[in-house]
Amino acid sequence: MTRAGWIRLGVVVLCIAALEIACRLRWIDPVAVIPPSRMAAGAWSLLASGEYTRDILLTLENVAMAFGIALALGFAGGVLLHRMPRLRRAADPLLASYYAVPTFIFYPLFIVLFGLNRWPLVAIGVTFAVVAMALNTLNGFERVPAALHQTARVMGLSPLQETFLVTLPACAPYIFTGAKLAVVYAFIAVIAGEFVLAGSGFGFKIAFAYNNFDNPTMYGLMALLLLVVGFVNWGLTAWERRLHERSAGR
Amino acid sequence: MAPPGLPRPVAEPGTAVTGGPGQCAVRLAGVTRIYPGAGLHPPVQALGPLDLELRQGEFFAVVGPSGCGKSTLLDVLAGLSRPTSGTVEFEGRPVTDRVPEGVGVVFQEDASFHWLTVRDNAAFGLRRQGVPEREIAERVDHAIAFMGLKAFATAYPAQLSGGMRQRLCIARTLVLRPRLLLLDEPFGALDQQTRLLMGDEVLRLWRETGATVLLITHALDEAAMLADRVGVMSARPGRFIDVVTTGWPRERDSTIVARPEFGQVTARLWSNLRAESMKAMSTTA
Amino acid sequence: MTANVLSASPSAAWRAHMDTALLVAALVGAWQLLHFAVGGDALPSPLAASRRLVHLLADPDFAANAAETARAFGYALLISWIGGLGLGVLLGAHRLTGDVFEPMLVTLYAIPKITLYPVILLLFGLGISAKIAFGALHGIIPVVLFTMTAVRNIHPVHLKSARALHLTPAATALHVILPATLPEVFSGFRIGFALTLLGTLIGEMFASQRGIGYLLVHAMQNNEPEIIVALALLLVAFATIASSLLLALDRRLRHAA
Ligand SMILES: Nc1ncnc2c1ncn2[C@@H]1O[C@H](COP(=O)(O)OP(=O)(O)OP(=O)(O)O)[C@@H](O)[C@H]1O
Ligand SMILES: [Mg+2]
Repeated sequence: MTRAGWIRLGVVVLCIAALEIACRLRWIDPVAVIPPSRMAAGAWSLLASGEYTRDILLTLENVAMAFGIALALGFAGGVLLHRMPRLRRAADPLLASYYAVPTFIFYPLFIVLFGLNRWPLVAIGVTFAVVAMALNTLNGFERVPAALHQTARVMGLSPLQETFLVTLPACAPYIFTGAKLAVVYAFIAVIAGEFVLAGSGFGFKIAFAYNNFDNPTMYGLMALLLLVVGFVNWGLTAWERRLHERSAGR
Repeated sequence: MAPPGLPRPVAEPGTAVTGGPGQCAVRLAGVTRIYPGAGLHPPVQALGPLDLELRQGEFFAVVGPSGCGKSTLLDVLAGLSRPTSGTVEFEGRPVTDRVPEGVGVVFQEDASFHWLTVRDNAAFGLRRQGVPEREIAERVDHAIAFMGLKAFATAYPAQLSGGMRQRLCIARTLVLRPRLLLLDEPFGALDQQTRLLMGDEVLRLWRETGATVLLITHALDEAAMLADRVGVMSARPGRFIDVVTTGWPRERDSTIVARPEFGQVTARLWSNLRAESMKAMSTTA
Repeated sequence: MTANVLSASPSAAWRAHMDTALLVAALVGAWQLLHFAVGGDALPSPLAASRRLVHLLADPDFAANAAETARAFGYALLISWIGGLGLGVLLGAHRLTGDVFEPMLVTLYAIPKITLYPVILLLFGLGISAKIAFGALHGIIPVVLFTMTAVRNIHPVHLKSARALHLTPAATALHVILPATLPEVFSGFRIGFALTLLGTLIGEMFASQRGIGYLLVHAMQNNEPEIIVALALLLVAFATIASSLLLALDRRLRHAA
């Protein structure tokens, strides 16, 4: 590990220790924040009891589905925008402000369209993730150097061969970045949707525990969720860095 | 008078690292520079130990193989980085950590400010000094015209070629009328013809202002044509292995390349440099 | 299709604007069709929603709620921008500090911050400060990350030039570092703007009694699609216009690059 990595680890450990002490000595209102050790204990008993397994799995499924759909739609959208420069220019101002609009406001509409089941939540995840995927796909295609396309032509590759042997491998790192963001955004949107709007799932259970002043459960669930998402994000980021480094070192 | 007794590194008899008559503008004594290592990289000694004296109003050129420490020498001389050991003096005062007043630097890389127009770039230093706007306009217009950028006064650096940007950086430094001008391969991005003409301009400027000039270059003919003396640096860590006095009159221009002595000077520079360049290449390979 | 995307003449820019208008018209058309398909109870028509929006805008009660949101958003934005700028400069200027904290910030950016909202509520109470804190928590991260990258990527020779031109540290900051980093910083500001708005609204949607986010949730619970869509329209219009203005400013700041 690098020096910065060690220091980072130290900072995290110190922060947790400081919080533990501050809570134990009641410098922080114990109604507001519980010590990290009790958060961990809460998380463990949640997992052990199995009471929340269904909700956790439900959320993970929703995220996975939202991600899969956003991946496919976003990729198609990126290719479309790349192929149609005029559409792209027309859509530019709208795409630039897309993430300023809280997409949760379309939840009721999705309920009408899909019914009262999991699909409105998945749809919210998709609306949030799909544009990031599309924009990164577009970026990837635009960054393929003209020299690569010319090389492919000189070698007499067919358009299909060119796509699979040259274009896609060349823009793979950027598409991967899009996919990573799609995972992250799908998580954010699905959890937020559950938190504010839905009646089941990881996010809902946190909100429910909050409303019932059940701090150990709330912090336990929170710690669990942050751990899962943080870990997924960390792994994807490391992988992404490797991909980009490889293509930069060419 | 040059103080005698300074150690003279491997220089041929009859050539002096210390200057001839005239007041001393710059004095380097026992200067070394070691870049600290980082991670797996061991420390790198880039420079010296090296001694150098420049007379007031002298035109001194430095040639040496790539990576031998020329830019490092310039940084140390300008007060941009501290020597690891040894002392640097400008006009009798020690140089430490700040660029002394009266020193102008043109860097090897493009240092134009991309957010300013050509005119504002050239005026930058004067504005910071609080020179009246009228005088700034006058001096800047003159410098821009001098550097052949008149038609681009309102353009941004991104709209200029590499050579034009380099000329802009020279203009930005010249308007400050430095008494010591440090130039790090300022003509690197220019073609040979423009290079010769720019050489003539720099010579004219040097005569008119009476400034001391230190020019780093990789073109032997350029060094031979412009300088009073040419210092030849060894492969890293750079030190002077020879200092060639050209003996040109102060009134001179690019036509001296036709003289037979010119060929002799370049030949001597090359015979010194050939072995060093090969050494430099083999250590980097 | 022969759209000459490379030409940047005024007529080309004009045509791009026309195309955007056409695209918006097409989206409104799609909305109208969807309205016909699912019925007015579920999705009001564009016309009905606009009418409702006009009514809402004239309503003093709505104005009070909008003002509450605007206030929370304004403070949160201020914190995001100024705090983000300061932290970003700090992390950018000191390499090791930046290396230590950057991955933490990236992780904080990636986690669903809504789950942290209860903590913020417990710490700040149910008032406007919780909303401000939550909005700022969303917006500050991109500002920090963009500023940090910008400061790190300042060309070293620019800093050297500043020294060679005898600039004081203050003059270096004002006349070299600031202009060199401004475009990147501004991109961060733009994204920070969007996320701060998002954060503020989400904060209002959960455990709040006032503000546009509250009105939204209220309308959802009472099944008043016309209000929802009217508010959505308002937010989309506000976000798009503000974002376009910032984008235009951003482009002007980048003239040289
Ligand atoms: N910041 C630095 N850190 C570590 N080593 C450096 C640094 N800058 C330069 N060096 C090393 O110091 C040596 C001299 O570098 P310098 O830039 O002075 O060479 P130079 O003579 O100007 O070369 P060139 O003609 O290519 O410009 C090089 O071998 C380089 O590896
Ligand atoms: Mg150099």
